[in-house]
Amino acid sequence: MSTATALTEKPTRDYKAYQHPLWRRLLINREAAIIGLLILVVIVAMLTVPNFDSPLTMTFLIREIAPILLIALPMTLIIITEEIDLSVASILGLSSVVTGLGVQAGWSLPVAGLVAILVGVLAGVINGSLITFVGLPSLAVTIGTLALFRGIAVGLLGTTAISEFPEYWTDLARANLPGTPVPLIIVPFIVLAIVFAVLLHFTPFGRSLYTIGLNKEVAAFSGIDVRMTKFWLFVMSGTVSGFAGVYFTLLYNNARGDNAIGMELLIIASVLLGGVSIFGGRGALHGVIAGVFLIGTMSSALRLAGVTSDIINVITGTVLILSVVSASFLAWIRTNRIAAIGRKKGQAGSTGAPA
Amino acid sequence: MTTTAAAPRRSALGVAGDVLKARETGIVIALVAVVIAATAVNPTFIFSGDGFRDLLLTPSLLMVVALGQAVVIITRNVDLSVGSVVGLTAYMTGRLFIDIPGIHPALVFLAGIALGALLGLINGALVAFAKVPALVITLGTMYIYRGINVAWTGSDRINASDMPASFRGLGTQDVLGIPLLTLLAVIVLVFTAWYLRNLRSGRELYAIGSDPDAAHLYGLRVTRRVLAAFIVCGALAGLAGVLFAARYGTVSSNAGYGWELQAIGAAVIGGVAMSGGVGTVWGAAFGAYLLLTINRALPIIGIQDFWQRAVVGILIIGAIILDRVLALRQHRRLVAAREEVK
Repeated sequence: MSTATALTEKPTRDYKAYQHPLWRRLLINREAAIIGLLILVVIVAMLTVPNFDSPLTMTFLIREIAPILLIALPMTLIIITEEIDLSVASILGLSSVVTGLGVQAGWSLPVAGLVAILVGVLAGVINGSLITFVGLPSLAVTIGTLALFRGIAVGLLGTTAISEFPEYWTDLARANLPGTPVPLIIVPFIVLAIVFAVLLHFTPFGRSLYTIGLNKEVAAFSGIDVRMTKFWLFVMSGTVSGFAGVYFTLLYNNARGDNAIGMELLIIASVLLGGVSIFGGRGALHGVIAGVFLIGTMSSALRLAGVTSDIINVITGTVLILSVVSASFLAWIRTNRIAAIGRKKGQAGSTGAPA
Repeated sequence: MTTTAAAPRRSALGVAGDVLKARETGIVIALVAVVIAATAVNPTFIFSGDGFRDLLLTPSLLMVVALGQAVVIITRNVDLSVGSVVGLTAYMTGRLFIDIPGIHPALVFLAGIALGALLGLINGALVAFAKVPALVITLGTMYIYRGINVAWTGSDRINASDMPASFRGLGTQDVLGIPLLTLLAVIVLVFTAWYLRNLRSGRELYAIGSDPDAAHLYGLRVTRRVLAAFIVCGALAGLAGVLFAARYGTVSSNAGYGWELQAIGAAVIGGVAMSGGVGTVWGAAFGAYLLLTINRALPIIGIQDFWQRAVVGILIIGAIILDRVLALRQHRRLVAAREEVK
């Protein structure tokens, strides 16, 4: 069960999921397609875009997409359970403002950062409570908290910005791994990515997320505590967003109310591009990470090639739509083909796996 | 399922009771309370020519967008691209006046609505035929439409002097003390409300939103109706874009930025449920007025206007909690009624 392809639309280990040999299941799936596309984009950019192969490009690219990479991890888990969190960028902004205010009040940075992360935890608890204990749809709740958390962030700082942070910490946020062009932020990211990958793909908790995403009633009757599971997911998302907020503040040496405004849409776009189904129950972390890198690399390469950011937005949007529409289209072709085979064989065909 | 299901004929008293109990009444009361509170602190909030005009005029643009958004949300979909559609049509309005000197304003209106409808058609076709959730599709088209808008506009800007006085007059003229734009928006509101409440195809939108599968099995043309809802939403956003140009005179590439969330917020505050099948466009319209009126009232009451967005968030969350409580109460009442019958 280590590969994501083992999970098709059905939760059972049915004939359809195992009709192909292992290599085919590993190589011909959505995640592999996204990784392939990413490699293609990198190769084309290396060959055609001047300066793309310079180490500085990589440094800036990873710095820039680090918050998206971080928040995409919990977001993947949330979307797999057929929920959504639109408030992540607002939590990031709020955490950034809290970090700034803390430092301004004379706290040391670790204290201010910790408080900011705790504010992120609290924001996640608020989201999670409204969704699970009050029983509200996550889309509606997080549209509300998107405005609320951003509103508090903007309200606390107004139009001012705080841009005086201890040099040691801002340097650390911009530092690279010694001897490489890879920023240091990649270390916490890799740690978190491993934690989330193990959690999602190798623990009962993670596997239960797919069940919840496919069918909540089935999940509840299988003994999964659907409410508490969802609650903890939103707490995770708030916590990671809080951490991303501290990093964002230090990286740009700037705490403002409107930091990372609109980033939630970019994060969700990357997650969906990475092969997570918005209907829940399908997706894998390696696809999502490739999805974030794909969007980041594309816009970085296009920018270096002199394409303006508005055209990059058009391309991002088109890629997102193509990725979901192509998934529907392929599913439609497959059903048609299977139906055609079924008609040819008449009633002799298999009756499918027992439910 | 819907709180707005067309009731059988009732006495006048019954109708009055329904009006009092309606979800929309709460919003109207809140709106009136805000206006009274702001006026008590600063009488010019309403008792000055500008104050009264602004009270009616500013929210009417958002109201038109929120109407379309409500129609889409009622079918259990959502349209995130409306803000970009507003921006694109607003800029096209200005461009038409510059590029085709002497063009009749009515033609510009038609062009704006047509462009909006076309963009809505693209959304609707992708949602209805590809069976992909509206959230994802319109998230994509939001980027695309805004990108096209920015690429087309560049650092250019439409100024008031680019547009003929007859068109600009729309944004400033009054009829019996009521701004012309508001009147226009109210006419659209009344027509949409009438359509949703009284016409078969309007009622079908509620059926589709309550349970798309059941609606399909029942023989409703789900694909066609969803497509139509998106076209209406786009067309109304297009209309709002033209009105934007008339109202503000200047159009840059960020016209309508962030309106999608405001329009969704207005609809949700007005009792339109994101889960579909519930709510009226009246609610969405009052929601739009409440939202923008609070924005204007906050600084007067003494709260810095930086806190506007937080208040909007609290309103949205409060509204959905209220709706949840109401739905639970109705559910319990229905269960009790069923037990009695047995």
